[in-house]
Amino acid sequence: MPGPDKETDLTERLAAFLSDLKRGGSGTGPLRSSAETARETTALLRRITAQARWSSAGDLMEIIRKEGRRMTAAQPSETTVGNMIRRVLKIVREEYARSRGSSEEADQQESLHKMLTSGGLSEENFRQHFAPLRANVIEAINELLTELEGTTDNIAMQALEHIHSNEVIMTIGRSRTVEAFLKNAGRKRKFHVIVAECAPFCQGHEMATNLSKDGIETTVITDAAIFAVMSRVNKVIIGTQTVLANGGLRAVNGTHTLALAAKHHSTPLIVCAPMFKLSPQFPNEEDTFHKFVSPHEVLPFTEGEILSKVNVHCPVFDYVPPELITLFISNIGGHAPSYIYRLMSELYHPEDHEL
Amino acid sequence: MADSGVTDGPEKKEDIERAKNEGKELSKEEKQRLRKEKKQQKKSKEKKDEKEKEKEKKSGGSTATAPQAQPSTQKAPPAVPAPVSNSVPASEPAIPADKPTKSKAELKAERRARQEAERATKQTKKGEPGQQSATGKPKAPPSELQPVVKRLPEHVQVDDPDVLKKLAKKLERQQIPLRSDYGYKVSLFSHLHQYSRKAPPTQQLSIPSTVIHPAIVRLGLQYSQGIVAGSNARSVALLHAFKQVIRDYTTPPNEELSRDLVNKLKPYISFLNQCRPLSASMGNAIKYIKKEISNIPSQCKEEEAKSKLLNNIEWYINEKIILAAKAIAVSSIEKISDGDVILVYGCSSLVNHILCEAFDKQRKFRVIVVDSRPRLEGREALRRLVQKGISCTYVLISAVSYILPEVSKVFLGAHALLANGYVMSRVGTSQIALVAKAFNVPVLVCCETYKFCERVQTDSFVSNELDDPDDLIVTRKGKTQLASWQQVASLGLLNLVYDVTPPDFVDLVITDLGMIPCTSVPVVLRVKNVDQ
Repeated sequence: MPGPDKETDLTERLAAFLSDLKRGGSGTGPLRSSAETARETTALLRRITAQARWSSAGDLMEIIRKEGRRMTAAQPSETTVGNMIRRVLKIVREEYARSRGSSEEADQQESLHKMLTSGGLSEENFRQHFAPLRANVIEAINELLTELEGTTDNIAMQALEHIHSNEVIMTIGRSRTVEAFLKNAGRKRKFHVIVAECAPFCQGHEMATNLSKDGIETTVITDAAIFAVMSRVNKVIIGTQTVLANGGLRAVNGTHTLALAAKHHSTPLIVCAPMFKLSPQFPNEEDTFHKFVSPHEVLPFTEGEILSKVNVHCPVFDYVPPELITLFISNIGGHAPSYIYRLMSELYHPEDHEL
Repeated sequence: MADSGVTDGPEKKEDIERAKNEGKELSKEEKQRLRKEKKQQKKSKEKKDEKEKEKEKKSGGSTATAPQAQPSTQKAPPAVPAPVSNSVPASEPAIPADKPTKSKAELKAERRARQEAERATKQTKKGEPGQQSATGKPKAPPSELQPVVKRLPEHVQVDDPDVLKKLAKKLERQQIPLRSDYGYKVSLFSHLHQYSRKAPPTQQLSIPSTVIHPAIVRLGLQYSQGIVAGSNARSVALLHAFKQVIRDYTTPPNEELSRDLVNKLKPYISFLNQCRPLSASMGNAIKYIKKEISNIPSQCKEEEAKSKLLNNIEWYINEKIILAAKAIAVSSIEKISDGDVILVYGCSSLVNHILCEAFDKQRKFRVIVVDSRPRLEGREALRRLVQKGISCTYVLISAVSYILPEVSKVFLGAHALLANGYVMSRVGTSQIALVAKAFNVPVLVCCETYKFCERVQTDSFVSNELDDPDDLIVTRKGKTQLASWQQVASLGLLNLVYDVTPPDFVDLVITDLGMIPCTSVPVVLRVKNVDQ
């Protein structure tokens, strides 16, 4: 009796999560932060590990992959879902390897020598059954959840190392990470923040009101004035939606212009991004990279007859190449964009890059 | 005299300082006031004002009143400016006290001495800022380098309380209402005015206004509410309004048209400046009109003079604006090829004209119109182009790096071209040029020569215009985040109007004189000055 109930309960939760994802992406549903999505995904995966029927690590990975494919298909632009799934897959692989007793490093490195000598290396089909595997995996996922909960605070704690007094800092749109970062620095130092409002949704307004309520001197500017005021800015601190595998960003639209302006004035561009935003995707898929929403905020229906004769675009994201970025601040410290590929190899297994 | 000479020493130094900063402005006002006193009895109001001012300067001016009885030409020329200009304010309150003792002859002698002194200082202090060419128009030959005779305009000195006081006095004298600033100003821009559109400048104006011509009042309101916007539109509207003023003008008896009309125009220009700071093109048009008026020979009959002026203004509009647009269109069409994707920003009347002409000449291209908040002028351009039948795409400026890979050329309009090659235009233009440069897309700026201006500027801070900050407030998803921005102490809204684009972002400037690089602007200015 409890078995099928648990299963239906699980499928219900999955279905609810999927529909949330679908709605949230179109901009009409409640806008959830990436951190919430990551936590929910990980909690769901923990539930799957606990309640689904599997006997070996291979089965578990198959189940997770299947659910993962459904989740990423529901909202392809929400990359944190895919990232968490890959993290959990990596956890399963590690726990399996630890249970088997073999060292992790040997499995990791795919050198040409190994490929030639061992032949089919990945005959590692994870078929062996280990009794404590379930408990170990759940414990590891719990650790991952604790890490997720502390990311924003970890990043905010590094704020005082990067902001001095009487600085002028520029940011764009609304990022909860950057907000926490600046508020933490604002408790000890006095500085000035310029927020670009990021039309057409103008998330920058909310960011500015939140910052000014904490007593930080804030100014709201339009997107058109970014280059005009950049000469007086000391640092640019932004958040992002995804960090791509080459160190580039997929951030809110307008960020590329901001990055170019900062480069022109040799102003450092600092990206505050927790590790769960790091995704093994590369930016060359042109058609899947961009996401568009309804352009009624750009050209409203009140404009009348010309609407039918005009193409209107409203892209949500921008690609920022890694050459324009100075520093990444994540919950495990600061890195240069050229180091991102190494971090990726520590977080995800190469075979999981394609779910 | 010897005693006062000794004590004068340290006073002179601070007088020289004061003279440098305020003396010139004061002396011009003083001259006008003295002229009025010559004609009529002095008003008691000015007397009180001057007595207060004299009290402030009592410590510095008390010793200088001693030598004022003697004409100051006896002193050495370098020392002349200090006691002269100090004696000028000192003479003001001294006059009510000494009025019975001073005769008209002594006033005349003093004025002549002052003029000599200023001529001397002009020769000795060449190139010092703050100089006014008060002693007749300097007709320097073109081969001689002009001294820097520019006075810093008032509208970029809002943070200086003395300048504000002077402006208030000038406007009071001209009977024009002073417009007050609105809202919290961002500290970087505290030197600029920031007005609210909800408080029109004519609130305190009596109707009908006795000082300002109604056509000018209407024009000022149209400027301040944004009904007439855009460099060409504002200049043309200004010239038409001036034509109306000239038509309705009659020379008062005992006055010359050439001098009186210029004086009549001054309060109008101050009023228009209060409504909205003058643009570079308007400044050039006003300079042209003033020159034409003052070149009217004195024996010319009034009707003849007026019709001549009207014809001149017509000629200016026709040649500098309409024909120039045609010439620029002819050159630009060579640059547009079939299959082009052209990006334009905002609403520039010249660029729209070019695109319409190119479409009439059967060129096949499509246009991407980029727009920005809060003015959203691109929608107007979009309407005009769609009406013509050109296929258009519309995006906001934050999406420009998404759309730029499709673009083959960028056409931008300009508000003014500065003498160091920078392009002053609507805010956001420099951003578009920057991103276009990053994607290797050619940027072409179209600008008539009458918008070329002798100012130099390197950033968008020092000389700019701040628009109504309430324009940034917007409602999204039912919430208006910034509705109560005035209550929050540390929140400011910045609504810039102009920005400057560095010349390395611009590939070509198309003018009615031909296609020139950005760096050739000072050459064109020089050639124009020589012609005139």
